[in-house]
Amino acid sequence: MTQASPSVRATGRRPAAAAPSRPARGALSGRPRPLSPLLFCAPFVALFVAMYIAPILYAAYNSLFTVRRSGLGLTAPTEVFAPLDNYVRAVHDGSFTASLGRVALFGVVQVPLMLAVALVLALLIDSKSARGRGFFRLTSFIPYAIPGVSAALVWSFMYSSTSSPLNRLLEPFSVTIPFFDDDIVLWSVANIVTWSWAGYNMIIIYAALQSIPAEVLEAARMDGASALRIAWSIKIPAVRGALVLTTVFSIIGSAQLFNEPTVLQPVSGGSISSAFTPLMSAQSAVAAGNYPYAAAQSVLLAVAVGLVSLIFFKLTRRGDQA
Amino acid sequence: MTTVIPAPVPAPSPAPKRIGPRRETRPAGRVTVLALLGLSAFYFLFPLWWLLVSATKPFGEQFSGSGLWFDGFGLFDNVARLSSQDDGIFWRWMLNSVLYCGVGALIGTVFSALTGYALAKYDFPGRGTLFSLVLAAVLVPKVLFTLPLYLMFSGVHLIDNPLAVLLPSVISPFGVYLARVFAEQSVPDEVLEAGRLDGAGEFRIFRTIGVRMMLPALVTIFLFQFVEIWNNYLLPAMVLGDDRLQPVTVGLVAWNASHVAVPPPLVVIGSLVSITPLLIAFLALQRFWRAGMTAGAVK
Repeated sequence: MTQASPSVRATGRRPAAAAPSRPARGALSGRPRPLSPLLFCAPFVALFVAMYIAPILYAAYNSLFTVRRSGLGLTAPTEVFAPLDNYVRAVHDGSFTASLGRVALFGVVQVPLMLAVALVLALLIDSKSARGRGFFRLTSFIPYAIPGVSAALVWSFMYSSTSSPLNRLLEPFSVTIPFFDDDIVLWSVANIVTWSWAGYNMIIIYAALQSIPAEVLEAARMDGASALRIAWSIKIPAVRGALVLTTVFSIIGSAQLFNEPTVLQPVSGGSISSAFTPLMSAQSAVAAGNYPYAAAQSVLLAVAVGLVSLIFFKLTRRGDQA
Repeated sequence: MTTVIPAPVPAPSPAPKRIGPRRETRPAGRVTVLALLGLSAFYFLFPLWWLLVSATKPFGEQFSGSGLWFDGFGLFDNVARLSSQDDGIFWRWMLNSVLYCGVGALIGTVFSALTGYALAKYDFPGRGTLFSLVLAAVLVPKVLFTLPLYLMFSGVHLIDNPLAVLLPSVISPFGVYLARVFAEQSVPDEVLEAGRLDGAGEFRIFRTIGVRMMLPALVTIFLFQFVEIWNNYLLPAMVLGDDRLQPVTVGLVAWNASHVAVPPPLVVIGSLVSITPLLIAFLALQRFWRAGMTAGAVK
């Protein structure tokens, strides 16, 4: 190898290209001009920086200013550099912290419930007793095709205080569900989110179920394990990875709760405030013209989401190694 | 390179059916399973069924009766009323939606394909960093960037400009991730090598070999991005104040919030009309959806 012929030495890097018969080292052996991959990535990277990173930096910078209004409101408000003011204000803003708490409660209750529904559905469709698998898979998955806002609109009709078709169905049992009551409205929102996403998560879990080797299940059956026992001891542990992944995505999804409550707000009779979720709170700060305060709230929310997902990944990583 | 998301499940071929003698399942078990599945089907379909039934009822009857079964027929009249409300702005909204989603997803798919292909098939400085960034961006929901985007756009006077919706929509980290997965699976290195031996340039190899082999995957990426843009309500709602520029989701929500100004039945009919094309596309292109979900969702 080191005995390269003089001509090869002279031309330096040429020989590798001239000797393609060398066993390929995967993708990287072709020694393409080093510029091409960079050019390929350039459009995406440029826009990514402009549309993801720049706005975050801009918002973070913006959040360091405070809008000051003169006492009489006769002069235009001015922005003063006061790095912590907005953050201190957000932390002490009862409606903003309440919105964070509301979304956290939503995540803690709705995510496990939805995933339980998804898991049970996947197990049912996967079970030997099921008929019409394709049909049931499709019906649970169809809501995923409906945009979140449209789903919320349709459900707002379902919940209507005057003409709810659901309450009409319940009439014979003399039950009326007050979907927009203060204590219930959060769970009415949770139901819309569950309706939209349970089928999506079911498909992911179902795909994981399908990859369990048939022999394993057959062996368990030979040993006389019941269907429930197989589901509990073999199938559920086998889809653990899928469950972790869907949990992470769902928790992150809860943090961005906005569309459903916003659509329900005008018909909610006041039970959904304009600061129902952190995003709604930040948006009402924008509507009030206080951009720096909105920026501070966005930054806080982004940091919170980042922390929660980081913690979750750390925890599940450890679980995987164990 | 640390990959947060584990290796993808192999290409989504039709679910491998477990073949074997059908075990004797107890009738009680069968009934329970079917009853539960039937209940779930009712839950998932009821709102849509109600929407369909209500939209076909004569105008003004939308909220009367149980909504479980058809009662008179007024669909065509309803659509005519929908079309004439506010000088036919509904169809303008539909057109806007299709344009934002179509153009955004098309350009986005090209960008995603280029980037994902480069990440899968080349080694270059910054490759690991870029992929980590893409993964991080997949995890952070786009909606969280919307307010900062709004602040930035109002700083550069890009409010009420279609570009304010299009520019952010073109970027799809999930699309890049899918493109990388698919490029790894479906474009063999040997074929690229052969192309290079024939003296083809890298871009030409991508265009003639890479794109062709990734084509089904690109359809999946396009679909996901199309729906993602259609679903993004907050961005257009914030950056587009002029209702002639708004997509249909923003328009319908405004109608719904206006209560008296626009009759609520029109919101029902508009909802049905606006989701119908999506539903048809969804049902017709099911296999592409599942391809994206199993590749993206991983085990």
